[in-house]
Amino acid sequence: MSAALRIEGLSVAYGTGVGARRVLRDVDLEIAAGETYGLVGESGSGKSTLALAVMRQLDGAARIEGGRIRLGDDDLLARTPDQMRSVWRTRLKLVPQDPIASLNPRVRVGEQIGEALDGARGRRDRVHDLLARVGLADPVRVARSYPHQLSGGMQQRVMIALALGGEPELLILDEPTTNLDVTTEATILDLVRDLVRERGTALLYVSHSLGVVAQLCDRVAVLYAGELVEDAGVEDLFATPLHPYTRALLDAVPSLDTGTGRAPLRPIVGAFPQPQALPSGCIFAPRCPVATDLTHEVRPPLERAGPTRRVRCHRWRDIADGTLDPRQPAEVRAGADEPAPGAGDVVLELVGIEKEFPIRRSLRDIVARRPARAVRAVDCVDLRLTRTRTLGLIGESGSGKSTLAKVVIGLVPASGGRMELLGVPLAHDIARRDHSVLRRLQMVFQSADEALNPTMTVREILRRPLQRLALSSRDGVRERLAALLESVRLRPEHADRRPGELSGGERQRVAIARAFAAEPDLLVFDESVSGLDVSVQASVLNVVRDLQVERGSAYLFISHDLAVVAALADDIAVMYLGALVETGPTQAVLAPPYHPYTEALISAVPVPDPRVRRDAIRLRGDPPSPSDPPSGCPFHTRCPRFLGDVCVEEAPPWLEGEDGNRIACHIPLDELVRLQGSVAGARPPVSVEARE
Amino acid sequence: MGRARASRALAAFRPLYATRLATFGSTVVLLFALMAVFGPALAPYGANQQVYTDARQPPSLERPFGTDHLGRDVFSRVLLGTRDIFVLAGLGTLVAVLVGTAVGLLTTYLGGATEEITFRVFDSVLAMPALLFALLLLGTFGPSRNNVLAVIAVAYVPIVARVVRSVVLNVKTKDYVAAARMQGESLSRILLREILPSVLPALAVEGALRFSYAIFLVASLGFLGAGVQPPNPDWGLMISEARNFVSITPWALYFPAAAISLLVIGVNLMAEGLATALGRTP
Amino acid sequence: MSGYLARRFGFLLITLVLTSATIFAVTQLLPGDVARIVLGREASATALEALRRDLGLDRPPVVQYLSWLGGFVTGDWGTSFASGQPIRPLVMERVGNSLMLAFLTLAIAVPSAIVLGVVAALHAGKPIDTVISVGALAVVGLPEFVTGLVLIQLLAFELAWLPASSSIRPEAGFLEALPMLVLPALTATLVLLAYIARLTRASVLAELRKPYVRTARLKGIAGRRVTYVHVLGNALLPTVTVVAISFGWLISGLIVVENVFNYPGLGALLTFAIDRRDVPLMQAITMIAVVAFALANLVADLLYAYLDPRIRFG
Repeated sequence: MSAALRIEGLSVAYGTGVGARRVLRDVDLEIAAGETYGLVGESGSGKSTLALAVMRQLDGAARIEGGRIRLGDDDLLARTPDQMRSVWRTRLKLVPQDPIASLNPRVRVGEQIGEALDGARGRRDRVHDLLARVGLADPVRVARSYPHQLSGGMQQRVMIALALGGEPELLILDEPTTNLDVTTEATILDLVRDLVRERGTALLYVSHSLGVVAQLCDRVAVLYAGELVEDAGVEDLFATPLHPYTRALLDAVPSLDTGTGRAPLRPIVGAFPQPQALPSGCIFAPRCPVATDLTHEVRPPLERAGPTRRVRCHRWRDIADGTLDPRQPAEVRAGADEPAPGAGDVVLELVGIEKEFPIRRSLRDIVARRPARAVRAVDCVDLRLTRTRTLGLIGESGSGKSTLAKVVIGLVPASGGRMELLGVPLAHDIARRDHSVLRRLQMVFQSADEALNPTMTVREILRRPLQRLALSSRDGVRERLAALLESVRLRPEHADRRPGELSGGERQRVAIARAFAAEPDLLVFDESVSGLDVSVQASVLNVVRDLQVERGSAYLFISHDLAVVAALADDIAVMYLGALVETGPTQAVLAPPYHPYTEALISAVPVPDPRVRRDAIRLRGDPPSPSDPPSGCPFHTRCPRFLGDVCVEEAPPWLEGEDGNRIACHIPLDELVRLQGSVAGARPPVSVEARE
Repeated sequence: MGRARASRALAAFRPLYATRLATFGSTVVLLFALMAVFGPALAPYGANQQVYTDARQPPSLERPFGTDHLGRDVFSRVLLGTRDIFVLAGLGTLVAVLVGTAVGLLTTYLGGATEEITFRVFDSVLAMPALLFALLLLGTFGPSRNNVLAVIAVAYVPIVARVVRSVVLNVKTKDYVAAARMQGESLSRILLREILPSVLPALAVEGALRFSYAIFLVASLGFLGAGVQPPNPDWGLMISEARNFVSITPWALYFPAAAISLLVIGVNLMAEGLATALGRTP
Repeated sequence: MSGYLARRFGFLLITLVLTSATIFAVTQLLPGDVARIVLGREASATALEALRRDLGLDRPPVVQYLSWLGGFVTGDWGTSFASGQPIRPLVMERVGNSLMLAFLTLAIAVPSAIVLGVVAALHAGKPIDTVISVGALAVVGLPEFVTGLVLIQLLAFELAWLPASSSIRPEAGFLEALPMLVLPALTATLVLLAYIARLTRASVLAELRKPYVRTARLKGIAGRRVTYVHVLGNALLPTVTVVAISFGWLISGLIVVENVFNYPGLGALLTFAIDRRDVPLMQAITMIAVVAFALANLVADLLYAYLDPRIRFG
């Protein structure tokens, strides 16, 4: 069988000479016809560079230093840009990461797809066919739309339709679901799987997510700092990873099935190597727990480790036969697990919290006496946070979870309801809270890039809360600053750097240190690890968990990532369109009976284990607008377990489960259990037979 | 420590010399600035010193730029006019930058009706092209140096405030500003320490651009007779006086014209270099 | 879309009202005694009193403003102090001349500036880009009165191709006036040209970096289609706004240019009015210019909204 794509010895660098950043080195890979090939790596691994190199779309500063790229029998690197045109037109297609930016804002979708098709005859019908094939319900309307009129998921379907237009030999998908919600991601992955099955197109799927790759691909290659370190069939790679880096990656991913025990994750020690100062031996040696002198001095070759797998490690044989354990050392936890003093005391109580954002009325509305409308971002939320416990708040974009975080902090004053901090009523507006309140309540934001002032040094950033909130003396500040840095595992010399000189993980740890400076009673984490690579995310999560054991703070941990929440939270609250739909202890929420929305969320999480298949519970369409929420149960428009009129007309009652969870649903609990009993949640994974 | 501070202070000037064109521009501006400072000491003749016997002399070694129809030394007048233009355009710009920054920072951060009203009023000023507004003001208040200075400041405050506003609108939603509020920082500290540093690059570029437009404006006003009045050695005024004698003493027109152009181009190149170095488009 | 239109139009009205108030305040309220300004220091008390009454200066400022604004809107623009003639015919005659010059300038400047900017951007970093970019920077540095005087010296006196003065007769038609319009139009063009070309270049460069351009290229369609339909289709959108803003520059430029060439337009009339301290004339001319500028902005906004589906179907 001939290969759809064969890459031999590909090296790419930015710049020349000593400062050259060599982002891809000596990469070999082969994608068989009809094969779905996954390429995983963390940011900086060079995976997107590889995709762009195949497309011949590297930017001007990048240089291909050597190697060959063959599509079928064609040497792509030998082609001039003009000669690439015919390849792009029919044989090789790319679905990029950011669909809205990748579509021309001023041209109708139909025309953008149509202009790529050969021949003028019947073009419009072919465009409609393509749109229908990617699962868009109303192709005629979509074809007439402009990109901004479509939702993110629909835009990505349009990009896929665009790619299918030429009946390509190879389809490259570069993180196509990165900015989408999990439930949307799941439907896009279903689509890709169906298309591959139906047409036999070879697929190169580039991703940072081990879960997605495990669920989608036949073969997987792991890229680390520009080198391909392992390449194997998907079952082999996930069952018996041979390279220590692959092992480490798998250990760092929180998963729904392993998470609830609150076992510490295993982050990868050390830092990603700089592409202009790479180690001379094995590229992973500085972070490898089983490195030897040989590893440090000699770069290992990419060896065959079986009929269909290759690995770049000197010691793979010892790892393969089980005599060597390549796992990263487990981080020692700071405290014992005995309950800290005051555990269970209520720190924050929210009762009926509401937040409405008024919509500006137009002149015509005022003339027509139309009533003022508002977006109901948070709708009557009751929550209770207790000392030393973590409440995980989960929801997709638009669920109002971030607004709720800002309401708690006071950055966005609530429009209704009541908050109590340690039994004392809490002012809604941050401007009305005095220092003694401010120091008890802190927040860690999503993006440390925006949470740290780029013009200040780490020292200046940390000094202020120590002076103002912790009221430290001058000497005290110096000591506590050092202690703070240590508690988030940063070195003293980090104090003099500016945020721009730190890595993403380091920045987030500075942000955490700032929040902890005054030893708050309650910390809100708003998607605080979402932007981080898995290995970094694991170490930040461990820091967060250890600090809680030490300090006994209550956490409100907000995330869209169910696995991360499951790994950290004692309790979980699920939010949809501004309202809570299910709350309870983590174990109970992750086991049947579920709220139908929780069920769909769990089903959508891609499990990093190819043997596990979940029942596909998929949500239809897009979430409704919070300015015009559905009547009755807010979830009824998309609910896979929709009952009938009662869901449309009446708000659902709260049902009390046996394990302490509460579900807002019209379906009785025993009926939910009957419907959902087969779905894997926190139960042992249901194995399916190995695929060919 | 002192050395480190000195080198950091020097580093602040690096954007001025970031590209070859910026280096050229900054050097030109520096030379003119030196002329503005030392001009009175260097000028061989007084601004209005008339040597009738020497009238209408073409450029020569003794009279590098020649003399005008009244026998005044063009070189001395160009040299002495430099200080005028720097004081008027420079000071006017400086006032506009200071006031515009303060107003832009405060109103934009506070938002709401204050911001809305302030910028509606600014829009109404900007609805008049700068020269038109300047002429209107000088036409009613009468032409004088102080009025020219005031006109530049008033005309440019809204523009500077707008530039500041565009940055502040972006920065004030940043989480580090929220973090500062969570620390209970005062309004002035949030404005000056958290937000202002991010405004400075845009402000540097805009300040340089404003300076170049101000030079233009002062010269245009002088040329139209609505700005600096005779017999001051204002460059625009000199051109206006010389245009009637252009076929007799063309040098009296071309040298001040060249001075204006060179200085404006120098400032523009400097602004362009600043913009490139600080990552902003002017 | 219609909401957007209504909002734009509302803003325009608010701005015009505020601007007219500014103009009125600056010219009639702030300076103190207008009668004294007009008549000079030696005027007799009775003459001052008479003029104050004529101008209605004894009424409260708000009433003065409203009656002035009402007069302007209904076409009663008062009489000129300097000439004693009614202002409206005086100004309207000049408006035509200035508009003729302005449109000729725009007709030359806008297309050539866009072409220059696009060419520079599509060849960014190559010699032709350097020539255009540095040239534009240099031209921006030349005041209109300098370029104007140089052009007169060169094309009128040395080469004698064109007339040096542009004092056209009031009843002259466009064709008769054309030779005299060329020099002032060329002078005003230069500054606009450089300004619009620089912004066009920046806009095209920004668009070229956007991901959708790569998408278009990867469809394997002709490079020309990528450039014209995708890149320029989006890049020229901001140019609409740029042209409107440059209309303000053009107004400033024309004031100077008309003076250099003795061209009988509004700009020359304005300097005349300033010279004579003719406050009502100054007010009228300024108002006309402001309305023209505001209309240019409104047209640009509407055009932009029409061309950008994100606003049209927002």
